[in-house]
Amino acid sequence: MISFSRIGAVFIKEVVQMRRDRPTFAIMIMVPIMQLTLFGFAINTDPRHLPTAVELRDDGPMTRSLLAGLRQSTYVEIVDIVHSDEEGEQLLRSGKVSFLIVVPESFEADLVRGERPEILVAADASDPVAASGVVGAIGEIARRAFEPELERLPKRLSSGAPPYSVVIHRQYNPAGVTAFNIVPGLLGVILTMTMTMITSIALTRERERGTYEALLSTPVRPIEVMVGKTTPYILVGAIQTSIILLAALYVFNIPFAGDPLALLLAISIFILTNLMLGYLISTVAKTQMQAMQMTFFVFLPSILLSGFMFPFRAMPGWAQAIGEAIPNTHFLRIVREIMLKGAGVSDIAGDLGPLLLILLVLALLALMRFQRTLD
Amino acid sequence: MNGETVIDVRGLTKRFGDKTVVDHFDLKVPRGSIYGFLGPNGSGKTTTIRMVCGLLKPDEGEGTCLGYDVLHESTAIKANVGYMTQRFSLYEDLSIRENLEFFARLYNLDNLRARVDDAIASLGLEGRSKQLAGSLSGGWKQRLALAACMIHEPELLLLDEPTAGVDPKARRDFWDTIRRYASEGVTTLVSTHYMDEAVQCDRIAYIAYGKKLLDAPTAEIPDRVGIHAIKIEGGDLEAIASRLSGAMGVDFLARFGASIHVCGKDESALAAAMAPIEGMPGVRITPVKAGLEEAFIYLMTQASDNFEAGEAA
Repeated sequence: MISFSRIGAVFIKEVVQMRRDRPTFAIMIMVPIMQLTLFGFAINTDPRHLPTAVELRDDGPMTRSLLAGLRQSTYVEIVDIVHSDEEGEQLLRSGKVSFLIVVPESFEADLVRGERPEILVAADASDPVAASGVVGAIGEIARRAFEPELERLPKRLSSGAPPYSVVIHRQYNPAGVTAFNIVPGLLGVILTMTMTMITSIALTRERERGTYEALLSTPVRPIEVMVGKTTPYILVGAIQTSIILLAALYVFNIPFAGDPLALLLAISIFILTNLMLGYLISTVAKTQMQAMQMTFFVFLPSILLSGFMFPFRAMPGWAQAIGEAIPNTHFLRIVREIMLKGAGVSDIAGDLGPLLLILLVLALLALMRFQRTLD
Repeated sequence: MNGETVIDVRGLTKRFGDKTVVDHFDLKVPRGSIYGFLGPNGSGKTTTIRMVCGLLKPDEGEGTCLGYDVLHESTAIKANVGYMTQRFSLYEDLSIRENLEFFARLYNLDNLRARVDDAIASLGLEGRSKQLAGSLSGGWKQRLALAACMIHEPELLLLDEPTAGVDPKARRDFWDTIRRYASEGVTTLVSTHYMDEAVQCDRIAYIAYGKKLLDAPTAEIPDRVGIHAIKIEGGDLEAIASRLSGAMGVDFLARFGASIHVCGKDESALAAAMAPIEGMPGVRITPVKAGLEEAFIYLMTQASDNFEAGEAA
């Protein structure tokens, strides 16, 4: 016979234990609230305000009204106006802009002559999602901008097909293959999850098993424990990296355009950063359960706010600010820049710097958190 | 070497929140002695030991351990002390040899292999060095833990209830080892609940409510406590016990096999309390000298549970 009294006994005990485990309870309540607010507002699958540069090689009333039209548009946001190919190329490669709109020389003159000049839109297609809607959007902006100007032109130009064309040039991933974007990104996501999780229980497990006190009673120093506990997993990370990269190159046929040594450097720093993040969690978490929950707490933003799932530039400013503090954000940019855009060490310095800074801050925090006493 | 003080601390105090766990504790431990800590659960024995070896920072007080300042030189203290925790604290998923090697490396020892071989040999575990520590019986775990905290040949051994949950034979072997270390000049500070362990100590400090109530050579303790005992044999001991329990002059009764020891502070009141049972057929009443056990039972009845007192405070 099932006894409701016994079920009640177990039920009450579980509720009491859950209430007493405050941190776990707090995380269970806080996770949905925080993540919902964070991602509900941050994630934007309908990209807006994508950073764009305009390369102006013509200057006339029509070009100016096109520029005005672009400025009014919410789809793109003009962050820079350049006048040479090199400048424009540099902005696109470094990832500072998602699009480069080129108005060619003698655009207006050619247009009036009926030669149908081209407005070139160079898109960073290493993130296909962001690039997908751009052609239609720019075409529409141009049509509206030129409308009043075209009315003043001879009829043969203003009727029928527009006397110009918008040409898109997808760079770094011409076919817009999603796997080119996702697979290098997966490298960052997988390393974030496994490396953080594995060290998040480093000290917690010692505490739970009662070995922590014996460890502390020896003359071992906090930095010795930290280095000794994290370095074995560098090897694990190296094996994971090899598997993912081999699959990327030979299964998904993803091009590798850049400097392998630069990638190796970036991966090493990224692995260390995640190991340190996990180690910091283990200095805080009281049980392995808490350590796991905290790992997932940092894991979700690493997927959703890093630019892995959704275009980073399309997120609101505050979400981008949070994203900048996430190691995976910088790593994703580095990997895409090296693999798809052919970047070398000097090109990735802008993201390697923040990654190193995050690593340093995490290591210092972990050392400060590690108590040499049981207080 | 005799007469040298290994631990010399004054006024050690530790508070957790608003609860004072150790309250102005003084301790002097001479080299080579076996010093016992006795007291009820929660009386502050573990906390005191942890403060002495640098695992907890005292809130107040000062002093030295092995000549190093307990407040500022805890790393030096840790390097020269062997501390055995109350709970088994070796790695259950490492083998016997791996555990010993791990601790030997933490102390930066030379001749690592030879030292670990010696330790395994003196444990008598030569054939089992690859066995996982977690698969050892309670007694063997304790011996292994002791070997691990002796691997760096410390001058001072701190043992926190080392034989809790270990069978009497293993406990006896354990104490033989401690005695041998003591004869080699190793000082031992040991906390315990067991009377048969207390008698092994040269000197005993009795702790309750975080305060030291008594600190004397083991042999002098019954006299210091000033407890008197009368042994009663024969007759219906259960009936006699319930009759005498709580009587004037009787502080407590202790059952020893086929006899009862009736104990009290006031010798004449205790003798007067015997009146109701005097002349009962088959009952023998003999005044005896109170031993260590009676002395501690008396002390414990005075401070039976420190948790209660602590929470009320």
